[in-house]
Amino acid sequence: MKIDQNCRYRSSHEFARKDGAEVVIGISDHAQDALGDIVFVEMAEAGKKVAQGEAIGVIESVKAASDIYAPVSGTITAVNPALQGDPALVNKDCYGAGWLLRLSPSDQSEWDGLLDAAAYEKECGKE
Amino acid sequence: MAPFAGYDMPISYPRGAVEEHLLCRRSVGLFDIDHMGQVELKGGGADEFVSGLVSARVLDMLDGDARYSLLLDEKGLVLDDLFVYRLPGRWWIVVNASNRESDLAWIRSRAPRSVTVDDRSDDTYMIAVQGPRAIELLDAVSGGAASSLRRFTAGEMTIGGTKVLFGRTGYTGEDGGELFFPASKALEIWELLLAEGEGRGIETAPIGLAARDSLRFEAGMPLHGHEISPSIDPIEAGFKWACDFDKDFVGRKALEGIVAAGPARRLVGLDVTGGVPREGFEVLSPGGETVGVCVAGMYCPTVRKYAANAFVQPALSKQGTALAVSIRGKPRDAVVVKRPLYLPAYRR
Repeated sequence: MKIDQNCRYRSSHEFARKDGAEVVIGISDHAQDALGDIVFVEMAEAGKKVAQGEAIGVIESVKAASDIYAPVSGTITAVNPALQGDPALVNKDCYGAGWLLRLSPSDQSEWDGLLDAAAYEKECGKE
Repeated sequence: MAPFAGYDMPISYPRGAVEEHLLCRRSVGLFDIDHMGQVELKGGGADEFVSGLVSARVLDMLDGDARYSLLLDEKGLVLDDLFVYRLPGRWWIVVNASNRESDLAWIRSRAPRSVTVDDRSDDTYMIAVQGPRAIELLDAVSGGAASSLRRFTAGEMTIGGTKVLFGRTGYTGEDGGELFFPASKALEIWELLLAEGEGRGIETAPIGLAARDSLRFEAGMPLHGHEISPSIDPIEAGFKWACDFDKDFVGRKALEGIVAAGPARRLVGLDVTGGVPREGFEVLSPGGETVGVCVAGMYCPTVRKYAANAFVQPALSKQGTALAVSIRGKPRDAVVVKRPLYLPAYRR
């Protein structure tokens, strides 16, 4: 299981990584591995305001559909267009080319409440 | 791993279900299908008994022939689907794991005293070898015995010193076969097939339940409990071809009534846009009215489509009919398409 040290995590396995003024959101390596082959991704549209913990999209694997939740509040600025044609990018490179969306955060304090890499690793170990 | 009819079955192996599916379509997939049940019938009157028991014509079968059939109840509903093999002096019927006990009880309760009905499931192992290079691999391990058999026939061969019954049948839409042999030889034959594949440069890999399902789905083959079940009749499911109305069999009278009245619903294939349709999802008319239900649905890796099999009102079963599938509360475009999505090798 790969854990990107530069990311913060939700216990529901989404990651958030700061990139300039924006935050890149995706699912962890642990999550993509547990889901199995991902065959469909649908995210909320750019421009939408979302609250921390709100459902921002769905990932469907061969096995099942899973809701994705916003790790922080903010406005969605971009959705990864490559996932429409190749949802398996999430399996291949979840922290890189398989990112889900970017958002402009509205509450910086939420970041500090997310799990850091060490805490997330411990959380995964409990499952 | 997942529990399935009392067996622990792999959903997928480490390469993942989609890659397993594609690998079977391009080379050779190995399927550990020991969960399938085998019933052997023999004795005086066995031919007539089997003929009356199953829907398909069987009395014209020659030794070594293999044929798809349904097992129906008196209402014409589908208790199971079967592969019936006629072998010298006996009938060999392959049944679904989850129906093994109920099929056996059904068969035994009808069998005349002169016919013996043996459950051979525990002492028989079953491995399927499927894919465009499957016969090449099987020929390599059997001294060329595999390719000498025609499609839908069975014969004996020797693999690694073990006598194996080989049926040139399968459940993927690819050429290949299904092997029956003593359960004690399972690991030996499994490993021999993998090693021979590797040694001869024939890409060969194990395939889990998820890809087994997507392979059969693309090829238009039914899975009992989905496209056929004890609440589905063969006419609405499109299996009239597996019923021989020139003979008597359990369920025939009821089927004649259904044929005369016309089925109340029909099985169709749906090509869905904007999500993965799954079992139990509702089919909607363009106006939003519920007109049917999906019995299976998934991503199909070869044709790269999201597709469902669904029962809908007969008036909506024509190819090209625009419908919708309700996916998590949202109607998603669906169009009735020709089944199968992938033409099986034996029909090419």
